[in-house]
Amino acid sequence: MANVEKDALTGTETTGHEWDGIRELNTPLPKWWVYIFAASVVWAIGYYIFMPAWPTLHDYTKGILDYSSRAAHRAEMARVAEARSVWADRFREATVDEIAGNDELRRYAMAGGAYLFADNCVPCHGAGGQGGPGYPVLADDDWLWGGTREAIEFSIRHGIRSESDETRYNVMPVFGDDYLEDEQIAQAADYVLHLSGQGGSDAGHELFVDECSVCHGEQGTGLAEMGGPNLTDGIWLYGTGSRDDVMAQIRNPKHGVMPAWEGRLDDVAIKQLAVFVHGLGGGQ
Amino acid sequence: MNQAAANPAVAYNEDIVKKFVIAATFWGIIGFLAGVYIASQLAFPALNLGLEWTTFGRLRPVHTSAVIFAFGGNVLLGTSFYVVQRTCRQTLFGGPTFANLIFWGYQLFIVLAASGYVLGITQSKEYAEPEWYVDLLVAVVWVMYLIAFAGTLIKRRETHIYVANWFYLAFIITIAMLHIVNNATLPVVFFGGEFTRSYIAWAGVQDAMTQWWYGHNAVGFFLTAGFLGLMYYFVPKQADRPVYSYRLSIVHFWALIFLYIWAGPHHLHYTALPDWTQTLGMTFSIMLWMPSWGGMINGIMTLSGAWEKLRTDPVLRFMVTSVAFYGMSTFEGPAMSIKAVNSLSHYTDWTIGHVHSGALGWVAFVSFGAMYFLVPRLWNRERLYSLRLVSYHFWIATIGIVLYITAMWISGIMQGLMWRAYDDLGFLQYSFIETVEAMHPYYVIRALGGVLFLVGSLFMVWNIYKTIKGELRHEEAVDAAPQGVRAGAAE
Repeated sequence: MANVEKDALTGTETTGHEWDGIRELNTPLPKWWVYIFAASVVWAIGYYIFMPAWPTLHDYTKGILDYSSRAAHRAEMARVAEARSVWADRFREATVDEIAGNDELRRYAMAGGAYLFADNCVPCHGAGGQGGPGYPVLADDDWLWGGTREAIEFSIRHGIRSESDETRYNVMPVFGDDYLEDEQIAQAADYVLHLSGQGGSDAGHELFVDECSVCHGEQGTGLAEMGGPNLTDGIWLYGTGSRDDVMAQIRNPKHGVMPAWEGRLDDVAIKQLAVFVHGLGGGQ
Repeated sequence: MNQAAANPAVAYNEDIVKKFVIAATFWGIIGFLAGVYIASQLAFPALNLGLEWTTFGRLRPVHTSAVIFAFGGNVLLGTSFYVVQRTCRQTLFGGPTFANLIFWGYQLFIVLAASGYVLGITQSKEYAEPEWYVDLLVAVVWVMYLIAFAGTLIKRRETHIYVANWFYLAFIITIAMLHIVNNATLPVVFFGGEFTRSYIAWAGVQDAMTQWWYGHNAVGFFLTAGFLGLMYYFVPKQADRPVYSYRLSIVHFWALIFLYIWAGPHHLHYTALPDWTQTLGMTFSIMLWMPSWGGMINGIMTLSGAWEKLRTDPVLRFMVTSVAFYGMSTFEGPAMSIKAVNSLSHYTDWTIGHVHSGALGWVAFVSFGAMYFLVPRLWNRERLYSLRLVSYHFWIATIGIVLYITAMWISGIMQGLMWRAYDDLGFLQYSFIETVEAMHPYYVIRALGGVLFLVGSLFMVWNIYKTIKGELRHEEAVDAAPQGVRAGAAE
C-alpha cells in the first residue's frame, strides 16, 4: 500500500500515499514554526498568571495583577476629573460674562466649547452655526430668545419647548382654520414682506397691530423676552420668505424644539458652550 | 504507483460541479457589484437615492452575503464535491437528484436572504441576517450537504482520507453547529405576530458573545478552513508538485480547529464582556498565528523546486498570491486581537481593510485559481480560452486590492488616532464629523480599488464563457523570455 519514494527535486521522501495524482512529502515541521508556536503558548500561559483568565464554577481566576477594566476605567476618569477640577471650580463660581472677561477662562471655554458644539449642536445648527431649514442660524445677530451670553446660557440649559420646567416656550396661534379669512392672511403676509422691504404692501398695518404686534412688536422688530421673531431683517426660519411661505406660517405655524441640555451636559460644559456660541459671530 | 490507471474509471458527478461553478461566477459579479456600489455610497452619500431599498444599511448585507455565502459558498460546495469524489475515487453519495436538491436549495436560500434584506427583513445579526424561515431552509440544505460529502468519504476507495477533505469536513460540521446555535430564535408568528420577525433566545452580553463566536468562526471555518481544503487540492494539482509537508498538515489542522473556536471574544474587547473572556479571546488569537501559517507554508513551499512556474502560469500565480495574502491577514488578525492594538483599530476602517485583504486577496484569489483550473477540465476543453486574460485579471485585481487595503489602513489608523486625540487643555481635538470628512479621499480610493477588482472579474467571466463555448484564443505563450533564458531558469 504505502509506496514511499524520494522526490527528485527536493530529495525528501513522500508518505507513499497518492490521491488523484497528489502525493505528500514527509518534510519535518519547520523548526522556527515549532519554536514560535511554543513561544506563543508559553506567553499565553504567562498572561493567564497575571491577568483574569479562566472561569471557575462561580467566579474566575483573577491573576496576580487583579486587573479589572471597569476599575481601570474608573481610575482614569477620576484622574481626568482631578486634572479638570481646578478649572471646574473656577467655572462654577463665575458667570458667563465673567468667564468671557477673563483671558485664561475664555480661552479654555472656547477650546472646550468648540468640541462640545461639534458633538452636540452641529447636527441641527450646522458646523459653523450656519443653521438649516427650520433650525436657527447662530452665526448672525438675529436672536429669537436673546443673544446675550446669559440668554444663550439659559436657552441651552432649559431648551426651547422642551420637557424642562423652565423651558423657553411660546406658541404662535393658528390664524387659518376660520380665525382669519384668506384675504386677511394674504394681507398680513404682504405687510410682513413690506416690513422687511421685500415688496408687499402696508394695507395690513391695522391687522398687524391687532393680531401680531403682541409678540412681534409694533414695528415688527420682535420681542426677545417672548421669543417673538424679528420680521424686519429678511431672515426666515421656515421657508425662504416667499409670499406662500409666509402665508403658510400664518395659517398653520411650525414650531421647533430644542432639548434642554441641563442634565445631559454639566454646568461647566453649558457655560463653555454659551461663551462659544456667543462668539460665533452675532452675540449681543 | 499510477493508481488511476490501475483502477477502473469512476463515473464522477461533474454536472453538479459545473452548476456550482456557474453559480459562483454569477453571484461573484453580483457581490462585487454590490460592494462597489456601497463603497461609492460611503464616498458619495447621494447614491443612497433617498429610497429605503437602496440605502447602505440594506445593501451592505446584500454585499456581504453575496460574496461570502453566494460566491464563496458556491465555490466551496462545488470544489468540495469535485475534490471529495476524485480523492476518494468514488462518485458523489446520494445520487444526482440529491445533489441537485442541494444546489437549488442553496440558491433559493441566497435569493430569499438577499431579497429579504432589500425589503428590510433582518435579524440584525452581522453575517446571520436571514430570518428564521430562511435559517431553517439553510439548516436542511446544509445537513443534506453533510450527508452527500460524508457519505462519499465513508464509501471511499482510498484507504486514507486526503487532507483537503479533513478541512472541508471540519468546515461543514462547524458551520452547521454555529448556524444552529446563533440562530436559536423564537418566531413571533406563533404568537399572533408578523411572519418575518423573531426573537433570539440569548440575552444581552451572552447574545453578543454568541454572535461573535459565530461571526469569528464563520471567518475561521467558512473562509479559512473551507478554502484551505480547496487550497490543499488545487495548489499541488496546478503546480504538479507533492504537498510540502504531511506532518505540518496534520499538526496545523488540529491546532487550527482547536484554537480558532475560542478566538471570537476579540471582537468584543473593552465592552461589557467579562475581562476573563476577553483575555481568552486575545491569547487564543495569538496562539492561532502559527497554526494559520501552517497552511501558508504548505501552500507556498509546495512550489519549492517549481518556482519558475509562477512566471509562466498565471493560474498558479493567483493561487500562490492568495496564499501570501492569507499569510498576511493571518498575521494582521492576531496583531489586531491584542487589546492595546485593538483599542486603536476597533470600530475603524482598519478592520474593513483587514477583512478585505483576506476576502479579496485570499478567498477570492484562491477561488479564481480553482475556477480557472476547473472550467477547461469540467467542459473537456484543451485549455482556457486565454491565459493572457488570466494574467490581465490577476494584475488588475491585484492593483485593486492594494488600493483597497492601503486606503483602509491609512483611513482606519487616521480615524483611530483622530478619535483619541486630545489638545493640551484636555479636550477632544476632533468632532466625529471631522473624522468622517477626513476619510472622504480614502473612501474614493477604496471605491476605485473595488472597481478594478470588479473589472478584473469581468475578464474572468468572458474567459470562462469563451472556454465553455470551446474557443481558443490564438496567443503567444505567457513566457515571452528568450529561449536561452528560459532554458537556463529551468535548470
